[in-house]
Amino acid sequence: MAATTRVTAAPARLNLSVSAIRVIGAVVILGIWQLLALSGLFFRDVVPPLQNIAGGLIKLLGSGAFYANLAVTGFELILALAIGGIAGLVVGLLLGSRALLSDAYESWLSYLGPTPKIILFPVMIMLFGVDSGSKIAMGAISCFFPIAISVAAGMRGVDPTLRRVGRSLQANSWQMFFKIELPAMAAPLVNGVRLGFGVAVIGTLLAETKLSNQGIGFMIINAYTRFDMPQMYALLIVTITFAAVVNAFAERIAKRFGGAGSGRKP
Amino acid sequence: MKRVPIISPAFLLSIGTIAGLLVIMQALIMTEIVSPYVVPLPSDIAASFWRVIVEEGVPGRFAVTVGETFAASLLILIVGIPVGLLLYRFGKLRLAFEPWLAAMAAAPLVLAYPLFLVLFGRSSLTIIIIGFTAGVAPVALKTIEGFTSTRRVLIDVGRSFRLTPAQEFRQILLPAALPQIFVGLRLGLIFCLINIVGVEFLINLGGLGQLINDLAERYDLPGTYAAICFVVCVSILFFAVLDRGEKWLQRRG
Repeated sequence: MAATTRVTAAPARLNLSVSAIRVIGAVVILGIWQLLALSGLFFRDVVPPLQNIAGGLIKLLGSGAFYANLAVTGFELILALAIGGIAGLVVGLLLGSRALLSDAYESWLSYLGPTPKIILFPVMIMLFGVDSGSKIAMGAISCFFPIAISVAAGMRGVDPTLRRVGRSLQANSWQMFFKIELPAMAAPLVNGVRLGFGVAVIGTLLAETKLSNQGIGFMIINAYTRFDMPQMYALLIVTITFAAVVNAFAERIAKRFGGAGSGRKP
Repeated sequence: MKRVPIISPAFLLSIGTIAGLLVIMQALIMTEIVSPYVVPLPSDIAASFWRVIVEEGVPGRFAVTVGETFAASLLILIVGIPVGLLLYRFGKLRLAFEPWLAAMAAAPLVLAYPLFLVLFGRSSLTIIIIGFTAGVAPVALKTIEGFTSTRRVLIDVGRSFRLTPAQEFRQILLPAALPQIFVGLRLGLIFCLINIVGVEFLINLGGLGQLINDLAERYDLPGTYAAICFVVCVSILFFAVLDRGEKWLQRRG
């Protein structure tokens, strides 16, 4: 810490606030982008000028097709989270409460969790068809692992004293779960859902880019195929911003419950 | 230290479950309760392993994926650690840009793969850049965390010996930060590999990811399932090795 204080003294002389540094950083990045766009170094529209991207963004947000595709992706995501989340919760609770099950299966979960799920897409197509079913399945499989792992860890982390208090008050299994265990593991649960949401977005949208005729992923790959770069940039900005905002919001909720982890991913 | 028996009840249960599931699937498919045109027989998948490895040039494809992962990892090392160090050294920059890095680490950047295709063409470079983009932020973040969590007493000891800043960095800060940096590297490599294999599959180019796409497009079901199992096994092995490496480093630290 001392070293940190010592080495951080230098930039203080510049007398710039953190917000000012951020603004300067953003301006520099956008300025470099605009210069590259106007330089002619890239093929037309590969790096479009900022005003074109802004125009693409306005056009996108004003089009009905965007909201129709957003509804499809939203529907797929909600179902994926519900299916993968409930399965992850049940499996996590079982693994967290039974040492034998945890010893037998949890290492498999930990190692299978980070494998690239998109390679399972051909299997999902065979099982659930080319429509929304396969995308929902991709999202559900993606979010199952982080939720199951977080819930199992959360369940094991419940203070035994709380359980003893519950037993001394003669709480039955349901009361024990809803009144004691669930509130005690709220932070890992929310964190697991946060991580699960992030990977469900990736799983669902990547599947849509691979084989679909609807959804935001389809719009992205369609814009690429038509070489409509402003629309592609606009779609990516909207999608990545949406995912980042939801992630930040969920992280804040997890912190409010007393903990949050870092990281994400497929 | 008490030795844990290799054949523990948990081990038997896990192996028994897998064997049981395979037997059940074999029975369900043989009785056509599950269509063999949707899920091939596990015995056919097992029989396809050698065919896929020999006929589909798995060693070459494996080398391509490993090469791309290696190149992306090298870039991650070259960029991620210096960025982390820079942000550690300049506190205001850290305050300003660490949340940006965290947002980058959490953002689904792989969705921008069509953009990378436009920028870098349909080539291995695109795959390497995507792998790099996915893995660089966690490495930088963990590097910052590693340096900032150096115990004050260690720094004070260094000062009492009148170490120069370079000596302080080499002999105190770096060794203290290494375990966290390795955690970041592990995360970065995992994200890198996942994204590389995923993008290979999506754009039908490169190594193991493309193999699955190829086999699926030819409707070679046992081959597709065998290739998926192969990639999953490779991933598990890779993560297990990284996990062991991290634990070994933590024990030493």
